[in-house]
Amino acid sequence: MFNGIGITIAQMLCSTALAIIISLIFGLMRLSSNRLILGIATVYIEFFRGTSLLIQLYWIYYVLPLLINISLEAFYAGFIALGLNFGAYGAEIVRGSIQAVPRQQWEAAKSLNMSPILLMRRIIIPQTFPHLLPPFSNLLVELLKATALVSLISVTDLFFMSKVFNQTYWMSLQVFGTALIIYYILARFFLTPFLRWLEILAARKVGKLIG
Amino acid sequence: MNLEWRWDFAFEILPQLLWGTVYTLMAAGIGYFIAIFIGLLFMLGQRTRFYVVNRATREVVEFIRSTPLLVQLFFVFFVAPQFGIKFSAWNAAMITLGLHYGTYLSEVYRGALEAVPKQQWEACKALNFSVSRTYGKIILPQAFPVALPGMGNYLVGIFKDTPMLATIGVVELMQSANTVGSLTYRFLEPYTMVGIIFLIISLPTAFGLRKLETVVAKRQGISKK
Amino acid sequence: MDNKENIKHEPLVRFHEVTKRYGSLTVLDKLNLDIQANEMVSIIGPSGSGKTTVLRMLMTLEMIDEGVIYLEGKPLTHMESNGSLVLADEKHIRSIRSNIGMVFQQFNLFPHMTVLQNCVEAPINVLGLKPDEAEERAIDLLGMVGMLDKKDEHPSRLSGGQQQRVAIARALAMRPKVMLLDEVTSALDPEVIGEVLSVIRKLNSEHNLTMLMVTHQMGFAREVSDRVCFFYEGKIAEQGPPSQIFEAPKNERTKQFLSAVLNAN
Ligand SMILES: Nc1ncnc2c1ncn2[C@@H]1O[C@H](COP(=O)(O)OP(=O)(O)O)[C@@H](O)[C@H]1O
Ligand SMILES: [Mg+2]
Repeated sequence: MFNGIGITIAQMLCSTALAIIISLIFGLMRLSSNRLILGIATVYIEFFRGTSLLIQLYWIYYVLPLLINISLEAFYAGFIALGLNFGAYGAEIVRGSIQAVPRQQWEAAKSLNMSPILLMRRIIIPQTFPHLLPPFSNLLVELLKATALVSLISVTDLFFMSKVFNQTYWMSLQVFGTALIIYYILARFFLTPFLRWLEILAARKVGKLIG
Repeated sequence: MNLEWRWDFAFEILPQLLWGTVYTLMAAGIGYFIAIFIGLLFMLGQRTRFYVVNRATREVVEFIRSTPLLVQLFFVFFVAPQFGIKFSAWNAAMITLGLHYGTYLSEVYRGALEAVPKQQWEACKALNFSVSRTYGKIILPQAFPVALPGMGNYLVGIFKDTPMLATIGVVELMQSANTVGSLTYRFLEPYTMVGIIFLIISLPTAFGLRKLETVVAKRQGISKK
Repeated sequence: MDNKENIKHEPLVRFHEVTKRYGSLTVLDKLNLDIQANEMVSIIGPSGSGKTTVLRMLMTLEMIDEGVIYLEGKPLTHMESNGSLVLADEKHIRSIRSNIGMVFQQFNLFPHMTVLQNCVEAPINVLGLKPDEAEERAIDLLGMVGMLDKKDEHPSRLSGGQQQRVAIARALAMRPKVMLLDEVTSALDPEVIGEVLSVIRKLNSEHNLTMLMVTHQMGFAREVSDRVCFFYEGKIAEQGPPSQIFEAPKNERTKQFLSAVLNAN
């Protein structure tokens, strides 16, 4: 069971990292004035939000390796599917919070002759954090819950281990009850407080100043 | 295993998948229907003045919201028999979906009620309206447009969560695909087709819901920017 | 256009037949405007007459639809390609944009940075100055605008007048050849307008900066400008030295506008 918790946390960390990268890339692409870039991002986002995470997971694990002739370990397939899926939701959050930064900030930065990259990195993105973090926190709690799905492609995470125990001892109440409580503890006493702390930090650094 | 897409095979399994789709839609619909009422109960529980009820509801909602639907599904399905209650997979699934999404919907309701300005309640009191009139004629009509986007999102959400039901043996779209896959050792067509069917249903639904939101908002005279 | 003689007498900024439309609305209509080096030009005119648009075009915040804007004889909005002028790309625009600075009506300081950081960010990352070099420059300028004691504050802690003075220092830190000022006192409380105006006065008298200033402060425009342009419906209806515009306007519109403004005060 402890190993299971470790795997769940590892899945959580890897998929969070991937989801953040995807959110940023596709969130920025959604703001592009280039039709092609915008189109690609829109299709990506609508596709991953329009189908089910479980289907994506199965597809990436069972179908994709055959199509492109690779072998993909379940662990990788698991966090890749999670990251791609939640990245699509995150991208919309990123887009929204960038659009919430006043247009005048762009113009001020341009009038100082900043390059588009510098403008984004130093002026716009730091100002998005207070808008970005609350919905992103919700998303990450959902992500933690969604990691349970990887057990279905036989990643030996917390839920997978619970099912193994259940089959061995036939004590469903104790086994699944414990699993639920562990998920609850992870979400309520680890993830959420950490995210709250980040929100407060961001609010202190930027939010209060933006007002 | 053959890696190429086989149209004949795809057409052969299509009827089976479409039957699965019907069950998937039923599961989503019924589950959502239950969630609407459970959500209402949770919302009322969180608004009541009885401290114990209030507190307990909050904790239960918090617990259900922070734990995975999949695990809850197993919990309901496998634990109930230990207490002598035997649910069919389908019933267990409906209860779990209803409870899980009920917690989300209770949040949506709460937010929508809070969005109605306090002055509206005060105006009702000043006019000496009954409670049912206050809610029915004044508060709910204003809260509904606010609740609609959230409710729509969770309708699509519940639909996209139905593939999980396959794991306890509910026969729906995902289960149909699993069955085909394990019988024929061909996964490319069934899983791809399931994905496409989901897209075909959820994209127009999401689009339609957004349209509905604007229509309702207009009808209520609350224009959306 | 290539001989040296000509370049010397070239105006610093030249709008040549510049037209700008938003949809069917023509905001600037074949505008011609020359600004000489070290000249202080004020733009006055009714709201919606295209004053802000002129500055935004020159700052390249927006593209023009027709005509060409030149800076030191080089086209700003266009570039030469195979002997003909084509619309400029981002790279060309950025290379020329560095000559122009702008101060906005709403200050537009970066809220997540301190006053000092606001002033060194672009010099370090755009001009490539060393941090201590940029800081030295920023401190000089903050001293000039009287904001040195607030250098570690965030903008939200400052009054409007203070923010605007920082915004001026921030723009100056890029050492622009032309400064654009768009109604820099319009968003300010009456009691702090003076402190901003005196900074601009100082820029004009001591630093000899070329400035293009949109303003509703008629008295100030009259006092500091070398030339005043009266805008009406996207065109310059009348221009000339302040004494002429304010004392003996020829154009009917100018007369109406000035009497309306004076009555309002
Ligand atoms: N982005 C825009 N889209 C559409 N119309 C605009 C835009 N910006 C300015 N305008 C219009 O252009 C006209 C001139 O605007 P502006 O240059 O800001 O006037 P001024 O600064 O003289 O008050 C106005 O009628 C304004 O409504
Ligand atoms: Mg203006």
